[in-house]
Amino acid sequence: MNGITLALRVLHHGEKNLAGHLTSVAGRHRTEHEVHHVALDLAGWSRVHVQRLSDTADHYGLNLGDSAGTPLAQLLSAVTEKASEAVGHRPEPGLLLLRDLRELHLAAAENSLHWEMLAQAAQATKDDGLLDLASACHPETLRQMRWTNTMIKNLAPQILTGL
Amino acid sequence: MDPSVDRIAQPWGARTPYGRHESWPARVDTYLAEGVAEDQVERWVQTASILHSDGDAMDVAVADGRMAGVRGRAQDRVNRGRLGPKDLFAWQANASPDRLARPLVRRDGTLVECDWDTALERVAARSRELLDERGPGSIGFYTSGQLFLEEYYTLAVLARAGIGTNHLDGNTRLCTATAAEALKESFGCDGQPGCYDDIDHADVIALFGHNLAETQPVQWMRILDRLEGGDPPRLVCVDPRPTQVARRAAVHLAPRLGTNVALLNALLHEIIRTGRVDHDFMAAHCVGFEELAARVEKCTPAWAAEICDVPAAQIGAAAELLGTADRLLSTVLQGVYQSHQATAAAVQINNLHLIRGMLGRPGAGVLQMNGQPTAQNTRECGADGDLPGFRNWQNDSHVADLARVWNVDPKTIPHYAPPTHAMQMFRYAEQGSIRMLWISGTNPAVSLPELSRIRSILGQDRLFVVVQDLFLTETAQLADVVLPAATWGEKTGTFTNADRTVHLSDKAVEPPGDARPDLDIFLDYAARMDFRDKDGGPLITWHDPESAFEAWKRCSAGRPCDYTGLDHARLRGGSGIQWPCNEQALDGTDRLYTDGITWAHPDECESYGKDLVTGASQEVVEYRSLNPDGKAMLKAADYLPPHELPDEEYPFQLTTGRTVYHFHTRTKTARAPQLNAAAPDVWVEASTTDAAALGLGEGDLVEVGTPRGALRGRLRVTDIRPGLLFVPFHYGYWDTEAGHAPGRDTPGRAANETTVTDWDPVSKQPLFKTAAAALRLVERGDGGSAPAPTTTASAPASAAGAGAVPATTGGRSALVTESADPTWDSPRKEAR
Repeated sequence: MNGITLALRVLHHGEKNLAGHLTSVAGRHRTEHEVHHVALDLAGWSRVHVQRLSDTADHYGLNLGDSAGTPLAQLLSAVTEKASEAVGHRPEPGLLLLRDLRELHLAAAENSLHWEMLAQAAQATKDDGLLDLASACHPETLRQMRWTNTMIKNLAPQILTGL
Repeated sequence: MDPSVDRIAQPWGARTPYGRHESWPARVDTYLAEGVAEDQVERWVQTASILHSDGDAMDVAVADGRMAGVRGRAQDRVNRGRLGPKDLFAWQANASPDRLARPLVRRDGTLVECDWDTALERVAARSRELLDERGPGSIGFYTSGQLFLEEYYTLAVLARAGIGTNHLDGNTRLCTATAAEALKESFGCDGQPGCYDDIDHADVIALFGHNLAETQPVQWMRILDRLEGGDPPRLVCVDPRPTQVARRAAVHLAPRLGTNVALLNALLHEIIRTGRVDHDFMAAHCVGFEELAARVEKCTPAWAAEICDVPAAQIGAAAELLGTADRLLSTVLQGVYQSHQATAAAVQINNLHLIRGMLGRPGAGVLQMNGQPTAQNTRECGADGDLPGFRNWQNDSHVADLARVWNVDPKTIPHYAPPTHAMQMFRYAEQGSIRMLWISGTNPAVSLPELSRIRSILGQDRLFVVVQDLFLTETAQLADVVLPAATWGEKTGTFTNADRTVHLSDKAVEPPGDARPDLDIFLDYAARMDFRDKDGGPLITWHDPESAFEAWKRCSAGRPCDYTGLDHARLRGGSGIQWPCNEQALDGTDRLYTDGITWAHPDECESYGKDLVTGASQEVVEYRSLNPDGKAMLKAADYLPPHELPDEEYPFQLTTGRTVYHFHTRTKTARAPQLNAAAPDVWVEASTTDAAALGLGEGDLVEVGTPRGALRGRLRVTDIRPGLLFVPFHYGYWDTEAGHAPGRDTPGRAANETTVTDWDPVSKQPLFKTAAAALRLVERGDGGSAPAPTTTASAPASAAGAGAVPATTGGRSALVTESADPTWDSPRKEAR
């Protein structure tokens, strides 16, 4: 395995993880409607990234599997949805929300750095296909980060002063 | 002209045809209460309509100290004397016997009458307690699109600099937030680019999700008059319902709900593909064309046809009209603003105009509309999730400038995050961090989505709810303190319509009992709270509408919405005047951007923009690199499928909306007999195909259900798009036995029992037009028809035996005089 296949594998894992994490955060915060809906939309971006990474990996003789969904995350999200509705009138889940947004941000930041590495390696090896992939996906990863940052900026004042 | 027209049966009255580039002839509509003759009218008092955003100028007749009728103002630029059905009849609600005349406070669970001192002292005491115990973030204000400019400005100052809370928004969030956001995204700043006179000059008028005939009936009269005159315009209509606009359109597209971005991207694709792009205009005034062109490159009509369920040939035909128009006018409303990807779609309509160079010339313009009469003022005064005067909360020098106007420390004005939007305020109240909510002039217990949730929020013991209104609305019934307000005709102030026309509304009669103008209520509260500026002087230095207007002028000076050339006296007598109005433009300004984009420079702009999918805020650094010279910004957006799609259990799409005869939750219009009789109860619209498949017919009692709740109404079978249901949102519970909610054993009738809590992440406007629903028969009809008007989009389908449904008429009590007034018809040729 060369460095590029290593980066593809790490990024594939990272995007899959972020898709699952976004889905479970959406479930856990069903009563935070904007977080819920946008997180599901953004999970879709990561699922597409996973698919495109798998397709690209095939060219390198690397089999990353094609399972974009994580059944466990889906199962857990069904349980947590009910739980989030039960505590919708309490302020404490706000802290949990801030923590979840922070974790999403960090996961997206990790992916972003890996996209950066992959794009650099693609340029070094004049691999246009790989560069196209990184150029298409990386901006969306940056947008995922900007979203979590904005949500934290907007929600933190009320959550931290309203307990 | 027919001197006497039943304006319930003919909502748009008689035609006064006129040709392209001519001025619209005057037609004066007059309605006087039965038994009142013209010579009995003691005074005619100047005002404008408060029941939609058109700003129809009118005079109120006063006889024996009471309102006795209305008459359109022929000299006004907006309506040239015409009035719509609501303008003509709804004033009668002012004199309803159930107007609130005394303040109420809750004692032992019941609302009881009290005096003003008791009520306001209770509000002030609770405010002080919360400020001490929990800080300013525990207090929120939810206002309206129906107060006056002077009132919003006072509220904005007392909330933002007095209390120091970030939680102030209007119900304008439901009607106009996307219009404002789309203008900020494309032009860097709010401000309506076009004006109504553009209707006189356009050769193609495109209406996107805008049922103009029912939302602003007087401008529809203007289009009808042009359709019957020389060189008439061709209309493009995007609407899933068979509206009057759709019936008169050259091309009518009825897309699947939630697919506007796909449709618009295909229209942009076609216009770019066929080379109908104004490259000179774009080079001079725009950034972002390459990105837009790349993003829509694959969005062919065939691709969009699949998503939108509209024939590709029709999309091509629409693109042909839009692409070849010589002067294109587009208008946009709730079919875009309250639907999935609201801002992204509204921005594509701005893009259409920018790539075609259709801006800032007579007939070439965009109208991103408002729903409510004074929504524009909520926006510009900073009561709608923005800082006053379109100042940028992310720009420290804008905040410092505002602090200078108010003589406070900049830190006093919360600007660490965007002002909190209404849906988020209700979430904070649900979660318990907002403990006091002061609701003025709006009825969220009927108008917000997912009503069972809203009722449970407002019903919490820990939330102190203040409601300021005219009637004991559904929301007021849940309040801790109810403040009786004077309304239009009972107080003086100004307001601004959707094309920036400022009108004065004078006091005609006394309010009932102890009811007080909203301005007096806010000023009294501010005095009790003893808000101070940084030198220890009073924060609020004004005491009446005129001095409040003068204070606002100081705040608006040098801003895009500059009012410094206006005052109450100047607005009295003639026509309304469009802002900006200042020393450079003493007569006001008909169109913005006639000579380039003026407020998009990084140092001037109201907003640095947002991500059109996620709503994430951009920072000044990004904005500066994208748009260093302050041009218009072409922002592309990919189509995303709606969040709630039909499935086996909920096979239909559901949309909500209005009818021409009612306004909002019917607090006024149901108390006007002519309007109430025209549409007395809720109904459900379904297509002929769906009705046949389910074996349903006109007048059957049906239930519409979604995962949130259900409502029941009589079925009207129409030519609506198959697979789609429509329910009007006007009907609540104040005129039912239960009062504020469905009774224990009675089903719901409010459309919002069923709607989803979801909003556009960019404009934060709730989505009332994208839900999945089930439809079932409850009980066969008894041969009667649904209580739905036959004159409008709810007209029965021709195939369903329309003849069997009696036509909507108003009879003798709805007769209105329509007369020509040639005094004002002098040729007014505009420089083209």
